[in-house]
Amino acid sequence: MNEMNAVRKPPVATTGIIGWLRINLFFNWTNSLITLFVVYCLYQFIPWILDWTIFSADFKYNYLGEQITNQEMCSRNLDPENGGACWAVIYVRFYQFIYGFYPKVEVWRVNLAYIMLAFALLPLLYAKLPYRKYFLYFTYIFPVIAYFLLNGGLGFTEVSTNKWGGLLVTLVLGCTGIALAFPIGIMLALGRRSKLPVISMMCTLFIEFIRGVPLITLLFFGMVMLPLFLPEGIDMDGLVRVLVAVTLFQSAYMAEVIRGGLQAIPPGQYEAAKSLGMSYWRMNLLIILPQAIRISIPPIVNTSIGLFKDTTLVIIVGILDLLGIGRGTLADTNWLGLSYEIYFFVSLVFFIFTFGMSRYSLYLEKKLKTGINMGAD
Amino acid sequence: MKKLLSIFAVVAFAFSAHAGTLDDVKNRGFLKCGVTTGLAGFAAPDDNGEWAGLDADMCRAVAVAVFGDRSKVEFITTTGKSRFPTLASGEVDMLARNTTWTISRDVNLGFEFVGVNFYDGQGFMVPSALGVSSATELDGATVCIQTGTTTELNLADFFRLNGISYEALPIETNDEGKENLFAGRCDVYTTDASGLSSTRAAASNPDKWVVLPEIISKEPLGPLVRHGDHQWGDVVRWSLNAMIIAEELGITSENVDAQMSSNVPEVLRLLGVEGNYGEMLELSNDWAYQIIKQIGNYSESYEANVGPDTPLEIARGLNALWTQGGILYAPPFR
Repeated sequence: MNEMNAVRKPPVATTGIIGWLRINLFFNWTNSLITLFVVYCLYQFIPWILDWTIFSADFKYNYLGEQITNQEMCSRNLDPENGGACWAVIYVRFYQFIYGFYPKVEVWRVNLAYIMLAFALLPLLYAKLPYRKYFLYFTYIFPVIAYFLLNGGLGFTEVSTNKWGGLLVTLVLGCTGIALAFPIGIMLALGRRSKLPVISMMCTLFIEFIRGVPLITLLFFGMVMLPLFLPEGIDMDGLVRVLVAVTLFQSAYMAEVIRGGLQAIPPGQYEAAKSLGMSYWRMNLLIILPQAIRISIPPIVNTSIGLFKDTTLVIIVGILDLLGIGRGTLADTNWLGLSYEIYFFVSLVFFIFTFGMSRYSLYLEKKLKTGINMGAD
Repeated sequence: MKKLLSIFAVVAFAFSAHAGTLDDVKNRGFLKCGVTTGLAGFAAPDDNGEWAGLDADMCRAVAVAVFGDRSKVEFITTTGKSRFPTLASGEVDMLARNTTWTISRDVNLGFEFVGVNFYDGQGFMVPSALGVSSATELDGATVCIQTGTTTELNLADFFRLNGISYEALPIETNDEGKENLFAGRCDVYTTDASGLSSTRAAASNPDKWVVLPEIISKEPLGPLVRHGDHQWGDVVRWSLNAMIIAEELGITSENVDAQMSSNVPEVLRLLGVEGNYGEMLELSNDWAYQIIKQIGNYSESYEANVGPDTPLEIARGLNALWTQGGILYAPPFR
């Protein structure tokens, strides 16, 4: 009997690398076939893309060793057999991609704002940060600092927003849109579920109207019609008008996302809070919203990523964001025809930001254990 | 939509027409000029973030006329859709945005085209391997065409007039047309000739493509201002004319100083040595001298931005002076 009880290792076929391969990639014959097909595609694709983007590509100099200043000097245009991507266009135009037309002497202000943005986001993203409370104070005042830093005033020379461009505009639109839409969205969601008919009707009307029109329409509305409503003499900045449109759009979507979260909270939570004598606001702030927002993290990140990408639409009202600068570059006779490089670069930048957002939301979900049904346990 | 636009235009105009634009510009200290978001040869940011191109030069010329300084201009990017509301609402002082001069834009939208800085027209581009030398041989061809543009209507007219048939492949943007043509999904791409030239220049092997000789529409592109401010309209109009007249008289940015002591009366009038034409426009008397000195004459601007030596390789054609077989013609400077 003793031999029977001796510890036996699990079969080789279910553990280690081989086991993993067997279970995940070669489980049955369709599975194996798909695996082989994908491996073949990657085998065809990866060497080619690596060769094009890195090994045969020009970064600053072409294969003759000259510094590239226009598209004719790219290796692939000098000798079609010889070249991959011509990244020199990104190298030469890097400043424009990141800062737009921001004056070079003032550019430290943008850099400072970028760095401060990182510090402002830190306490929001990482709860275990030492001295988090003080960092949070900084986060609250950051928008004000950033405004004066980027736009001017308080002793800084003014840099009008039509000199802004590239990543700067993309980030300003994305961050402001997401940050402002969140509180507005919460208010709208609560308003829509309110028992006061006027408030609930107004919120519903607002949400349905904004959701019912495309973002482009709202951008045009902001660009063309908003100035007509303002009293004479008040000149609203073009970027601000776009920001208004983007924020309205995003907050309507955010409201619906959060309302979804609110609906998932069991009525017992409301009743328990009320039985403790909590007021409406205390109940929502302390009991309902923390749970509702926790459940809504995936769709919140979803709409935020959506907005971040939608900011590229501002080109139609004549604001040059990252993609707009790319298109402007393509219109320079020096760089005609380098569309693959430019679109590749722009999509890479967007991918880095959106992928970062999506990974962060996964981390957050894991940390807050949103998978568990909180209300019932 | 058009009606709606014109209502906006009128309403916005009522708000903005209170003071002379020239005074506004002078008080502000710089010119606000509406340009494209990027069109090869006409307006595009260069590597240093400076706007360059034929339209950008037009803006700079006006800035030089008013301030004597080519940097006193702020470029506001506009799209095909946003350009008219932007001008109507007073957000820009003028547009130089390869805009075709048509009666409805001139009259109904309440703008004033002050001249033509580029005579364009719709043309066709085909692969040279197709062996076609004239657009009338394109019977049965697949044509890439931007939807919702006048080019679409012109195309239909042209093929009907010539009794030949075509199949349209609708596209949205110039980029899309380029990709479709290069990939062989259509035999012909049709748009404005200047656009065809930039498409051809962007090809990996430009010699494989030919632009056919037929030009099937009139597309006079020019700067425009709001209706009703004639003083400002005159400033923009004569900034353009000064560049054209300078070419006629053979004055360039290089020889302009030597020309100050010319014995040709019109040269002396243009450069402000004689007469008080600057004063009439409420500008300094050397305004035209400064334009020629800092921007150059029309030919210099053309050659630097779109001419045969640039990748766009657009021959002067209609844009040559009237004395040289083109139709570029400015009223006399007296």
